[in-house]
Amino acid sequence: MIIRKTALTGSDIPSSQITSQDLFLSGRPAPLRGSLSRRQVLASAATVGAGAAVAGFLPRVARADDKLVTVPGKYQATDTQTPFAKATTYNNFYEFGVEKDLPAKNAHTMHTRPWTVQVAGLVKKPLTVNIDDMIHYRPLESRVYRHRCVEAWSMVIPWDGYSLSEFINFCEPLPSAKYVQFLTLRDPKQMPLLGDSGFSEPYSEGLRMDEAMHPLTLLTFGCYGQVLPNQNGAPVGVRVPWKWGYKSPKSIVKINFLDKQPRTTWNELNSEEYGFYSNVNPNISHRWSQAHERRIDGGFPHSVATQMFNGYGDQVASLYNGMDLNKFY
Amino acid sequence: MPTRLIPYIKGLLHLLCLVPVLGLLELYRSGRLAGYADPVNYLTHTTGDWALWLLLISLVVTPLRRLHLKLSNLIRFRRMLGLYAFFYATLHLMTYVFLFSGYDLPTAVAGLKQGHLGELWRQWVEVWPGVVEDLQKRRFIQVGLFAWVILLALAVTSPKIMLRKMGGKNWQRLHRLVYVAAAAGCIHYWWLVKTGVRTPMPDTVVLTVLLLVRVVWVAMKRRRTVATVSVLSR
Repeated sequence: MIIRKTALTGSDIPSSQITSQDLFLSGRPAPLRGSLSRRQVLASAATVGAGAAVAGFLPRVARADDKLVTVPGKYQATDTQTPFAKATTYNNFYEFGVEKDLPAKNAHTMHTRPWTVQVAGLVKKPLTVNIDDMIHYRPLESRVYRHRCVEAWSMVIPWDGYSLSEFINFCEPLPSAKYVQFLTLRDPKQMPLLGDSGFSEPYSEGLRMDEAMHPLTLLTFGCYGQVLPNQNGAPVGVRVPWKWGYKSPKSIVKINFLDKQPRTTWNELNSEEYGFYSNVNPNISHRWSQAHERRIDGGFPHSVATQMFNGYGDQVASLYNGMDLNKFY
Repeated sequence: MPTRLIPYIKGLLHLLCLVPVLGLLELYRSGRLAGYADPVNYLTHTTGDWALWLLLISLVVTPLRRLHLKLSNLIRFRRMLGLYAFFYATLHLMTYVFLFSGYDLPTAVAGLKQGHLGELWRQWVEVWPGVVEDLQKRRFIQVGLFAWVILLALAVTSPKIMLRKMGGKNWQRLHRLVYVAAAAGCIHYWWLVKTGVRTPMPDTVVLTVLLLVRVVWVAMKRRRTVATVSVLSR
């Protein structure tokens, strides 16, 4: 019951009052709590009754274009935002084609429902989570992040989600878990241009546990107040705003807790250029200069000096104390 | 091909070769270019693509001529195609200098409109160290610039008067560098795309075929010469 309330009200409930794994999973048939039917949810919404609960109502099954109910988050970049039209038509999602305009044209072939995310590796109990339970687990925050692609362009995008740390706590990783790996969808049936991607295995990204637990790291279900368009990584991705864009995986199907650094796709393709850490760094030695970025916002893109950690140094620099960032690039 | 048609075909070719740049100007004028998410990327790719494509088209002329005597006056279009390749390569280089390098063209233009000529220079002073670093460190920039310098040399020596001054043999020797420029263009393309991306493949295949055709031609000519000589010496 507590879970349903959380899902429905979307209000701030102190984490101490909810979210033990047992409660989250209560009443579910093994191995996964079956998603409630819409009628059941409506019935329980009526039972809750309070105005706030009704205002916070979300359909159980969120679809692209559906509006999301969000609360303003703590992180609000003040830069001019990229218009929705640009952020959703200029994408790197190689499984749907390697040109920027192709994902917007091709990603409609991906089915984002039903969708489950497998939680595996060094956790108390491996499980599979239904995407709609995941979305409703915590209130969705709207956060505005700068996004810096390694190709030297950048955007400013309002994302909707909650801190990945909350979901990791729910997963109950073992103390031996030092890294988190994200594996994303790889299905030639839903991705006809998969062969062009150059990826021979599912796209894999990873974070060190402290990076994954950092409050900035956002488990993302939406952008611009609506459910993520497929080309932006529906139904669930992770945004890590102080790293090159490719460190923010899209369309995640599996989260793996490991004691060793996981393989990461771009690192496998070219380890000299794309390290595991991949923190935004204007001084890094790269094939093209990373000192500037083309900021894509309303008008003709203008050149902006790239900042260390994409301007998030105040929050994240301490994660890398004592590390040589030229070596751990 | 009837000789009297040549001026008309030349006119038509001029128009065709100008279509890409006119298209870009129209995109800019109508404001649609600014609506593109990354117009700088679009400009760079369009001008780079056309530079390489026109260079490859100019390399088609000679093999085509050899197919039939009637095609031999295709040579009249070759210089023009090469010069347009140089034209687009130059535009491509300018997109690097004034857009890609970090040069903030919108600010510079805004400054210019307000009468601050110095803004043009100030921007340049700001990006210059980065450009130098690019030239020192980044091989795709080096090989691209190398290709452009070759095209510049070929363009400068393209008028008939230069051919006469240099003498046919020397001129031909210099202009054989066009193969090096085309190869450098392809390498430039391969070195700049991210690992695993195969977009430079079509251009590379076309260039390889065009070079192979020449190798085969030379080999056949040599055999014919040998055969003729042996017949004569018998």
